[in-house]
Amino acid sequence: MDEWPRRMDRRTAVKLITAAAAAPAVLGACGTGATESAASRSRSGNPLAAGTPSDPNLLEPVVPWDLTLSEDELATLASLCDTIIPADDRSPAASAVGAHEFIDEWVSAPYDAMREDGVLVRGGLVWLDEESERRFGARFRELSGESRTEICDDICYAPDAAPEFQAAARFFDKVRDLTATAFYTTRVGLDDLGYVGNVPLASWDPPPEAALRHAGLKPGD
Amino acid sequence: MSARSDYDVIVVGSGAAGGMSALVLAVHGLKVLMLEAGRNYDPLVETPMFQLPSEAPLRGAGTPEKPFGFYDATVDGGWQVPGEPYASADGAGFMWWRARMLGGRTNHWGRISLRMGEYDFRPYSRDGLGFDWPLTYDDLAPYYDRTEALIGVYGSNEGLENTPSSSPDVLLPPPAPRVHELLTRKTCADQLDIPVIPAHLAILSTRQDAERWPAELFPDNPLARRVVGQSMRSRAACFWATPCGRGCSIRANFQSTTVLLPPALATGNLEVRTDAMVREVTVDSSGRATGVHYVDKTTRLDEHASASVVILAASACESVRILLNSKSGAFPQGLANGSGLVGKYLMDTVGASLGGQIPVLEGMPPHNQDGASAMHLYMPWWLYGQQAAGRLDFARGYHIEFGGGRRMPGPGVFSGLEQFTGGVYGRRFKEAARRYYGSFLYFDGRGEMIPNEDCYCEIDPERVDRWGIPTLKFHWKWSKHELNQARHMQRTFRDIIEAMGGRVMGTVHEDGADSIARPGEIIHEVGGAIMGDDPDRSVLNQYCQSWEVPNLFVTDGAGFVSNADKNPTLSIMAIAWRACDYLMDRMRGGAL
Repeated sequence: MDEWPRRMDRRTAVKLITAAAAAPAVLGACGTGATESAASRSRSGNPLAAGTPSDPNLLEPVVPWDLTLSEDELATLASLCDTIIPADDRSPAASAVGAHEFIDEWVSAPYDAMREDGVLVRGGLVWLDEESERRFGARFRELSGESRTEICDDICYAPDAAPEFQAAARFFDKVRDLTATAFYTTRVGLDDLGYVGNVPLASWDPPPEAALRHAGLKPGD
Repeated sequence: MSARSDYDVIVVGSGAAGGMSALVLAVHGLKVLMLEAGRNYDPLVETPMFQLPSEAPLRGAGTPEKPFGFYDATVDGGWQVPGEPYASADGAGFMWWRARMLGGRTNHWGRISLRMGEYDFRPYSRDGLGFDWPLTYDDLAPYYDRTEALIGVYGSNEGLENTPSSSPDVLLPPPAPRVHELLTRKTCADQLDIPVIPAHLAILSTRQDAERWPAELFPDNPLARRVVGQSMRSRAACFWATPCGRGCSIRANFQSTTVLLPPALATGNLEVRTDAMVREVTVDSSGRATGVHYVDKTTRLDEHASASVVILAASACESVRILLNSKSGAFPQGLANGSGLVGKYLMDTVGASLGGQIPVLEGMPPHNQDGASAMHLYMPWWLYGQQAAGRLDFARGYHIEFGGGRRMPGPGVFSGLEQFTGGVYGRRFKEAARRYYGSFLYFDGRGEMIPNEDCYCEIDPERVDRWGIPTLKFHWKWSKHELNQARHMQRTFRDIIEAMGGRVMGTVHEDGADSIARPGEIIHEVGGAIMGDDPDRSVLNQYCQSWEVPNLFVTDGAGFVSNADKNPTLSIMAIAWRACDYLMDRMRGGAL
């Protein structure tokens, strides 16, 4: 552990950022009225941002579009997300960090690529429940782990999937990608992976020896 | 001049060229008005430092309105700007990146700061293609030194061919390489004979020497020493966290808004008007520039400002647009366009990429690999000998940028993982994620494009933007040099990945047309008002001064005669500084 770069203590980092924010205003003689000093601006707000899609307030993010999935769709989706990323001894299941809600946000977004994903995902959810009913006489969310696996094994990898499961395999792959995005971009997911960055450091040091050895390198390589 | 001007100089644009021009002029006492088409922007209070993707819409993924992701600093920009369209002829597909904000594209740029070398100023003399510059490396070298010392650039001097060294002490120390960078360097050295050396980035790896540099840069100028010293003292060193593309609230990286504009404003000689979209340069009956017309975006009314000198620094294509829209009886083809070359010889950078999965990086012991958020090492072009011997099917070089490792996961973090796992899900997916995280590397080639007759822009007769200003139409065609170079890039990346024992992700194309990035996609567009020695064959002289309108300068990338594989921003600033020194010299002599 002592090989790791030294962390700057949080107080020093906060002081740095606060000092920067209190520095003299960038625009001393601006003709558009933006002459107030940076220090006088609201700390939480961002009075300069227009709040439009191309100029959103980066400090107070909002999702400006309506969500479209129904409660029922969300319930099926959550059980699929948790089949893809279940709880284990290191971290919780995907729905615990709202993966299904993130997918709702994604497929409801007003952009062509996401709309296309929305067709794939919503159509796939219909298929999934229909397939569950056909094979086991119940909704996907009501199935045992074994039954879920039986369906998912048929659709989890497009190159190996039978022709009649190709569309379902594309659906599964999309949901797996989105579930992973949802999960591994949260604090819980970052910790699961062992991502230890995004902290201010007082100095930047060479990699620890254990990491060099792992890659077949030695100090000086 | 008949009427007294409001200002000594009007600078159109506030990015690398505009910021540098305004600073150099303001510290020397000239009264400067800067006009910026976008809104006011203050990275000290607007930058999302440390925010996680999970706090952003779509986990921060790129959208048409925020192509580089939610947290990217760019405001009202990207390849589309609301209400400000452009057209592309014959599906040529040129993509024009703009940023409508104070500081322009310097707020989000990659900070890669490579000097052009001596060969790069003499390309025509070396291979008979394109044009030579009207200045040499030696002419610009002192300004490279000054620019690097002013803005703060980390890197090292390696003495490699056509990869210039900076003067002693100018560069800040390069940060230690990460594991994947060391592995790549060792593989390239042992097996491929490709040099891998410290990158040059405009990021403060240590604080600047705020006593020494202001005194050396501005020896006889107390005002300059004071404001530049004050600015340097207010900048913190990098704390090795949070991506540079978001901007930097501790001013550790270079943005015009944190490095050039604060000292320029502190002189009291600079006034900035934002939301001021310049439409045309005005001229008097003698053909001299008198000022500019601009649309005040807040009132939607046309305004005029006058000055003794006008500097266009609006970005290559926007400056060209202003010139072409400045038509008058004396200048029916647009201003400064007697040669007919305004808009001609647009260039972007040749880009191609490839990813690889490197087994030896799997399961790496967790440690912080954030670093300077961009690369610590890169590969400069190395095949000069092969090229001279005629063994390559393209004429100019490229450098390689590469990255990867255990960076903060973002959207799509495990897209494509199924090709390595056979599509696992469940607990095995979580195990695979832990194993493969950090084992992916990405290689990007950045190569020189040769200017050609088919790449240009003109005013679109059919369209205006929402400010009533005629818009641009782009034409584009790569030559075989660019296409073959892109193919060579991908093959090199494949060789590196395989030499590391890795597996290629994606396709190595046989046809360079499938490998090459779209024109404009690399966002290094330059040219359109090239400089030269001959007024019939160029728009500007070597000091960015119009041949026809002596009090009109274009200090952005429009004047570039070639587009070496050295990312243009550093050269834009050095050239702008040199142009402003010349401008002040002419002014003192009474010629302007």
